[in-house]
Order: sequence, then C-alpha cells, then structure tokens
Amino acid sequence: MPDPANPDPGESLLRGGDRGAADSGPVAHRGNAVTVYLPIAEISVNIFIILGMGAAVGFLSGMFGVGGGFLITPLLIFYNIPPIVAVATGANQVVASSISGAITHFRRGSLDIKLGTVLLIGGLLGASAGIWLFALLRRVGQLDLVISLLYVILLGVVGVLMLFESVKALRRAANNQPVSLRKPGHHNWVHGLPLKMRFKKSKIYLSVIPVVVLGFSIGILTSIMGVGGGFIMVPAMIYLLRIPTNVVVGTSLFQIIFVTAYTTVMQATTNNSVDIVLAFILMVAGVIGAQYGVRVGQRLRGEQLRALLALLVLAVGMRLAVDLVLTPDEVYSIVSEGVRR
Amino acid sequence: MRALLHAILAAFVLATAAPASAQEDQRPEISERLEIGMSTDEIAIASDFRGADLTIFGAIEGYDPNLLAQGKYDVVVALEGPKDNQTVRRKERVLGIWVNRRSMTFELAPESYSLSSTRDVEDIAPAAVLNSIGVGLQHIRLDPIGFFGDGSNISEFREAFRRLKETGGYYQRDPGGVQFISASLFKATVKLPANVPNGTHVVRAQLFRDGVFISEKAMPLRVVKTGLEQMISNAAFNNPVSYGILSVILAVLTGWIASVVFRKD
Repeated sequence: MPDPANPDPGESLLRGGDRGAADSGPVAHRGNAVTVYLPIAEISVNIFIILGMGAAVGFLSGMFGVGGGFLITPLLIFYNIPPIVAVATGANQVVASSISGAITHFRRGSLDIKLGTVLLIGGLLGASAGIWLFALLRRVGQLDLVISLLYVILLGVVGVLMLFESVKALRRAANNQPVSLRKPGHHNWVHGLPLKMRFKKSKIYLSVIPVVVLGFSIGILTSIMGVGGGFIMVPAMIYLLRIPTNVVVGTSLFQIIFVTAYTTVMQATTNNSVDIVLAFILMVAGVIGAQYGVRVGQRLRGEQLRALLALLVLAVGMRLAVDLVLTPDEVYSIVSEGVRR
Repeated sequence: MRALLHAILAAFVLATAAPASAQEDQRPEISERLEIGMSTDEIAIASDFRGADLTIFGAIEGYDPNLLAQGKYDVVVALEGPKDNQTVRRKERVLGIWVNRRSMTFELAPESYSLSSTRDVEDIAPAAVLNSIGVGLQHIRLDPIGFFGDGSNISEFREAFRRLKETGGYYQRDPGGVQFISASLFKATVKLPANVPNGTHVVRAQLFRDGVFISEKAMPLRVVKTGLEQMISNAAFNNPVSYGILSVILAVLTGWIASVVFRKD
C-alpha cells in the first residue's frame, strides 16, 4: 500500500529526488549504512532512530513495569510509519517485551491460571472483534483517524490520572504521611453479579461476567491500538475486581502474552500489516533497554519519575491531537484496493 | 475496431483538409506499422533500487518517406504499471477534526505510468484522440465505479489523483524521450521510478501521423523485486499465517533469550 499522499520525508530525503541511476552515482550511496528498508511499511528508515525508539521505550517500560506498546505505536506514527503497520507491529513487539516477565511469574507461580484463562477467553473474543472492526474501518478509510482518536483519549486519561496520582504521592511524601492502602476484600457492586466462580489461587469468589468483559475490552484495545493493555488491566483487577495484588501482574501478563500473540497472527492474516523487520529492531532494542530501565527503576524514587512519565504521555497525546486539528498539507490520499490485474 | 475507425477518420480528415494532395487521396489503406523491441521481458531490481532508465528500440515500417522527412510522424512510448482499483479520499473538517469524508474509486488505473514521446503529447494529437486511446498523463482512463453521486466532482478527484501520482513520482513524463536515431529507427527512454511497483507492466507504443493515431504495439515487462526485503514481503502476502506465527516465535525467542542473557544469578 504505497501511499503517494504521504510521501515520507525520510524516504524522499534518501531515495527520492535522485531518480535515474545513471546521473546519481555519488548520491545513490548516500546513507546506505544507516537506512533499512521496511518491507511491509514500504519505506526506508534510519535504523538508529528505530533502535533509539525501541531502547527508550524499553527503558521506560523496564523502569515502570509497563509494556510500552502505548508509547511505541504513536512514536512510529510520528515517524511516518503507516498507522496500520504501527499497530500490528506494536502488538508483536509487546509479545517480546512481556515474555520475560511472564516466564518469571510462571516460575514463581505468582499467577492465577484459572482467572487468567477466563480473562484470556474474553481477550481472544475481544481481539477477534477488534480485528474485524480494524478491517472494516480500513475499508471505509477511517482507520487512521480512529487509531489517533483512541490514542488521544487513552493517553490523555492515563496521563492525567498518573499525574494526579504522582502529585498526590509527592505531597504525601512531603508531609510524611503514611500510604493508605484500600482494604482488600471490601465488596463493591461487581461482587453482586451472577455466574460466580471460585478462583482458588486468588482466594476470591467472583462473577465471570466482569472478568470476561475486562478481557474483551483489553482484547479490542490490543487489536486496534497495538497495546498489551496492562496499564488498564492491572488497576481494574486491583480496584474493581479486588484481586489480591500478588497474582495481578502475573495473571495480566498471562492474558497479554496470548492475546498479543493471537493478535499478531490475526493482523498478519487479515491485514498483512505486521512488519517483522521493524518489530525485530524494536524488540532487540526494547529488551536491552528494559534491563537497564529495571536497574535504574529499582534505585530511584518513583514519584518524580512517574510525574515525568505522565508528562511524556500527555505530550505524546497532545501531539497526536494537534495533528488531527491542524489543516493538513494535502487533503487527498490514494489507496490501492489490492484487486490487481 | 477503434484502429479501423481512426483509419477511416484519418482518411476522411486528410481528404477534406488536403484535397490538393491527390497522392494522399488515393492511398488504399494505412500501411504504417510500429515495431518495438526490448532486450528483456523481465527486470529484476534490488531493494536499494533508486530508479533507472529503460531503453526501448523501435522502427516505423511502411512509412511514407515524404511525411517522415517533414517530421509528421510521432511516437509515444509508455510504461504502464500493474492496474488496480484505486480510491481517492478527501479530508474535510468535522467538529474541528480532519476526517476522510468523500471518496471516489477509479477502476483499474495503472499504479505507475511513465511516458516518453517525440514531443509533448498535447501537441501530438488533439485531446479527443488522446482520451480515446488513454495516452498521456491527462488522458489516462479514470472511470469511477461504485456510488459517486451526481458525478459533479469527478474532474476534481481525477485531478487530485493525477497530482498525487505525479508528486509521488509514480506518474512521470519525458517529452523528448523518444528520439529518431536513423530515418525510421527510434530509441525511447522510459524512467522506472524508484518506487516502481512489483508485477507485470506493459510497454505500450503508439504511432501518430500528423495528429492521427495510426497503430499501437504492446509488450509485457515483468518487474520482479529481489532481495531479502522482497522475500519477506512475499511471505507476508502469500503465507500470512506462517508469517504471523514466525513473527510471534521471533518475539518469544527475543524476549526469552534476553531474559536468559541478563539473568542476575
């Protein structure tokens, strides 16, 4: 799907303008060492920019224990990777960034497999629905818009919540107040729902309805936005479902691994939009960055860093919002339908 | 049929426009033909391809030496890319946000088009003739399909399509790219753009005599992209399930190896 409406500046810098091999001898060799051609995104990119993006997001995800998909995808979009490729590739890279955590929790047994399976059933259904919606939106030409809008909303909400939370924590630390934890086992409306099931590992007797609904919603987010969804799932499990914190992260990673893997295969099958070269560069940089992020995160105080991450998240969301509102240089675009003769 | 029609039309135009030229009147039939030749019917290009020139040789056969001497013959050579239905969309502002609102799909338009001619095609033949044979950037057949309202905005979408294709380097022209190297032998240079689509292209050559379309010759040219990147792309489109599973395995291995390498104990 080469889109002449959005000629990539990087590409035109490196490949365009010097057409005609005969008269562009010295020019043709320019930048070969650092550019890599992404076969599915169909553009040439600077490999160090992609490595840097992967490493930076990996570092942040290691430091804060988040998957990083919600930062990778918008950054790729800013770098003119088509949103459809950014989303599908993002889901693929979340598999790599979540696997080591998932293995650790599995070894320790700090996950509830039964609860995870119910979440996963919801997640797979949600991802299937999301892929169907994704293909539909693509067909009617509204996919890029919906991805951007969802990111503006998601990053806006998450950023604001994180900022409030960290400012509150900073104030608390300044006043030397003890952290007040909510009492586990305290019931809310969710616990009045039918179809209850006993989850032994979590020591909880809970309706499957909210679990499946949560898994379903996260599955939709995974397929349409290319995120793991841990940053929504973990708080929802703790505060809404009242699941003990010691199994929450392991259980959510269990769901994330399988849903992102499933989404990757479905995106590849339905939309041919997983760029394995781009994903691999991001993964390698990401897993290395994450190792250093974890080490730094263990030594530093969290509140200021969380406030900084919140500001970063808000900035990325704002930038996407601005792009939606500003008058574009070109209001027309062309897409090939792929019925080639 | 169309060629015959043009031949009749040509004879008629000549008969009315130049009654003095008895020689032209008695011409029993139009006998000029076009022959073209390429050294290959397949081009393999690597992923670092930055564009190249394709040279096509040809000859006019059965020509009229007088007319040739007067430079009345014109040759147009075009390299047409694979054809696909292509949708043009237009963004409009809705509640402050730019949204794709209107669209038009053109049936089987070439993805790329590189035109080379003895002079500007607009000077070679009248627009009506060029439209009827679909020659020239402004005259390529762009027929909307599906629902497109009252059709009042067809020209607007056509114009946007051509402009985007030209600025993207997919459509280009070279008036003067066809040169006569002897009396009736010519050499045409068409540009293969850097982003030339993979697939079967068609080299199409037309002969015009004094603004009248005489004959056409077409040859297929397969453009095959080679290299690792193209192998990956082929796998993604031809074996999507295996490709997806492979992507997942690669991710699992990368994550797992990293956790082993960086393990603290």
